[in-house]
Amino acid sequence: MYSRAYRAIVSVPPLLWVGLFLLLPYALMFTHSFWMVRDGFLVHEWNVQNYEKLATNSLYVEVLLRTMRIAASVTLCSLLLGYPLAYYLSFHAGPRKELLYQLVIVPLWVSYLVRGYAWKTILGSDGVLNGFLQYLHLTHAPVGFLLYSPFAVVLMLTHIYTPFVFLPIYAALEHIPRPLVEASQDLGAGQGTTFLRVILPLSMPGLLAGATFAFVLSLGDFLAPLLVGGPSGNMIANIVQSLFGAAYDWPLGAAVSVCILLITVSLLFLTERLEKRWSFK
Amino acid sequence: MSSSGAIPVQDAGVAGATLLEVRAVAKRFGPREVLKKISLDIAPGEFLTLLGESGSGKTTLLRLIAGFEQPTSGEIWMGGERLDTLPAYRRRVNTVFQHYALFPHLSVQDNVAYGLRVKGTPKNEISGRVVEALRMVKMNEFAETRPSKLSGGQQQRIALARALVNRPQLLLLDEPLSALDANLRKQMQSELKALQREIGIAFLFVTHDQEEAMALSDRIALLRDGALEQIAAPREIYAHPATAYTAQFIGQTNLLRGEVQGGVASSGILRWAASGADGPALYSLRPEAIQLAADGATPANAVRFRAVVRQQIYGGASELLEIDCGGVQVLRARIPARGPLSGEHEFAFSAVDAIRVRE
Amino acid sequence: MSGARSDQRAPLLTVYAAFVFAFVYLPIVVLIAYSFNRDGVGGFPPRHFTLEWYRQLFADGAIWDAVENSLLVAAGSVALSLTLGLLAALALDRASFPGKALFRRLVLLPLILPGIITGLSLLMFAVFAGMPLSLLTVFLGHGTALISVATTELFAGLQKMDRAQEEASLDLGATPLQTFWRVTLPNLKLSLIAAGLLIFTLSMDEIAVTFFLIGRDNTLPLEIWGRLRRGITPEINAISTLIFAVSVGLIVIWYRVRTRSIGTEAQDLLERP
Repeated sequence: MYSRAYRAIVSVPPLLWVGLFLLLPYALMFTHSFWMVRDGFLVHEWNVQNYEKLATNSLYVEVLLRTMRIAASVTLCSLLLGYPLAYYLSFHAGPRKELLYQLVIVPLWVSYLVRGYAWKTILGSDGVLNGFLQYLHLTHAPVGFLLYSPFAVVLMLTHIYTPFVFLPIYAALEHIPRPLVEASQDLGAGQGTTFLRVILPLSMPGLLAGATFAFVLSLGDFLAPLLVGGPSGNMIANIVQSLFGAAYDWPLGAAVSVCILLITVSLLFLTERLEKRWSFK
Repeated sequence: MSSSGAIPVQDAGVAGATLLEVRAVAKRFGPREVLKKISLDIAPGEFLTLLGESGSGKTTLLRLIAGFEQPTSGEIWMGGERLDTLPAYRRRVNTVFQHYALFPHLSVQDNVAYGLRVKGTPKNEISGRVVEALRMVKMNEFAETRPSKLSGGQQQRIALARALVNRPQLLLLDEPLSALDANLRKQMQSELKALQREIGIAFLFVTHDQEEAMALSDRIALLRDGALEQIAAPREIYAHPATAYTAQFIGQTNLLRGEVQGGVASSGILRWAASGADGPALYSLRPEAIQLAADGATPANAVRFRAVVRQQIYGGASELLEIDCGGVQVLRARIPARGPLSGEHEFAFSAVDAIRVRE
Repeated sequence: MSGARSDQRAPLLTVYAAFVFAFVYLPIVVLIAYSFNRDGVGGFPPRHFTLEWYRQLFADGAIWDAVENSLLVAAGSVALSLTLGLLAALALDRASFPGKALFRRLVLLPLILPGIITGLSLLMFAVFAGMPLSLLTVFLGHGTALISVATTELFAGLQKMDRAQEEASLDLGATPLQTFWRVTLPNLKLSLIAAGLLIFTLSMDEIAVTFFLIGRDNTLPLEIWGRLRRGITPEINAISTLIFAVSVGLIVIWYRVRTRSIGTEAQDLLERP
């Protein structure tokens, strides 16, 4: 039905764009990681010392591990918050479902920066939370660890990603035909058993999608640590950022970026395989 | 009653006692009254069909018994105990859903085993019963298959097996054959009937297809706008419809509007001997009751009249004639196929075939 | 058809859901409340209502320059992403060519990749191509990153479309171009608007990619970011509240557009219990 000309017209421009602005830049980043900096200048000499540095220097490994821990915590907390919310909306909210759904979406449209900043004001030593606790006479001095800590980073990122995790899970739950739930109850399974044996397995693709999204984006986040993380909340992307900034070592920065890219792509590949196995059409 | 190899029926109490009682159950959805104080009983081992148009409340009643809805008023009792206060998963009732509702993430045998697993049945017992249930619906070789790979008819059998393996006292079937094409449907009807006879479990079957209802049921409950119009065995309900609606819904009929005066009913050009009170009356006369007088199929004292053949619809074994009676009324007669007819002929019917019905 | 009986009592779940809702909205509520607080941010409870911070905000020239820059970039990104995204969606839906699977993955990659990767790779590209960093590089960055959004949304719209309509159009004598203009595009109206709104919002809020591609002229998020590094002022609460109000306004508009397009009967169908 579609002529060769039609198909050419729709394929070529995006292909060109993707080649020029996606493939080429990634290739550039890849090649940069094999160069080095000498005496403050970028030198196009091929070597693998950047990767050696990353593998052997405990600083980088430590920060990477901390980053993965934070990303895992964010993912877990977002799931613990987002899944029950999606379940409630899909199965228990009745006619108010559509309105509540819009209400969950609204914060997504509010600037990331704005929400991060809000947490900063809440968690600080003379922030709202401390003021509240002191107002209730629960504490007498500001609680320190709330801000400028990994805890604050996890809290902020959980807040950001809970709606993102909610979305695919809600879509997956909505796709489950209600007669299946009725059939399960008809056969003698109560609500809990029905959830474990029918609803949860069928919602897996959505859960995986949401979890992957939260994990990968938390892994590469550098803004949250800058806002609320402090020195102890530093993450791997901050290292990259400083290597491209004050610490001027683009090749090393590129190497770290390539690592992040590899971890991300492997994870995506893995979840795609899992999703295929767990989606029952 | 049950031959060897059949699924044994759970003890339903005293033989002949009622299995399920629906007592004055009403259901309202917002402003809409979907069921208006319905009462009926189901006997153990009976095949009862809820027949009606869409919106008649038949599916709602089924869902109330299954436990997916709560009655607005009234009670449902089963085996001497209150049923409607129990949640769905605790009722000894199982459902075959209209679109089967098979679990896509489980194999056929896991689907069938679901009800047994969920109740904690011992593993060795489960496998035995699953095999038996699959054999009963002739689907053993599909045990490891996923439902998505099965045809509609095959999925329907699995849905049946999944419900029956739990040995319910009552099986609910929500228009299970409506998604099948005509030939497969007929085949499944006879298989279903035979299966029910064999295992002896009571079936509550919902359909809008009156032919299906007549073919399968021990009794038919005709619902109209949320109320019970008539409940009787198929032969009874066909031969003696109580109302005009019933006469027209089940089978075809001619509705004769007229009046009774001194033992004689008259409608249009027709007159026949009739009992009952004087006054306006409505009669149902089935097309097959009207025959050509010349054929000699009707008795000597039959009511005779002349009419003009307006249309002739050939139907293979029989034909349906549209006949004009003196320009006053048009009737339909079903006669054995006999080649083209036209013009005026003499027709006859027996007075006993004119059934007086309510509005 | 009414749902299963689970449409009923689940008190613990309801409380938990309410708690999650509160968690998601808490910072926004605090933000708005304190933007009217005379004593600025911090402490509890807020006293002394004032509009002072809004007054300061409106007098702040730098912020409004940044807003203008952001709007420029966002508008450009919408145009670019929608155009290329539409073509990509059509290509994925209707054409087959070697490397199509790879193409699909590449197009969708920026959606899931952390912004820093996209931003840095484009930075290296800019240096390689000898481009100075400016709003133009920011625009290219947003456009590239947000094509994925347009492609996903428009592809879904194409899949939902009834193919027979295009066939009918051709059958009646319209050329492929006319068919595209008169049949395909109108069918994609909802998807185009949805994608456009989303791209606009994401571009206005974009930081990670912008961070590495910004020149002398700031976009709004980066302007706010710069001030945040220097210290907290409640003026930021004020602009944040305004951003929130605009976002909500956009959602309401989007909801109206969608409802009117679908028609009231279909809307009733969607909302019947």
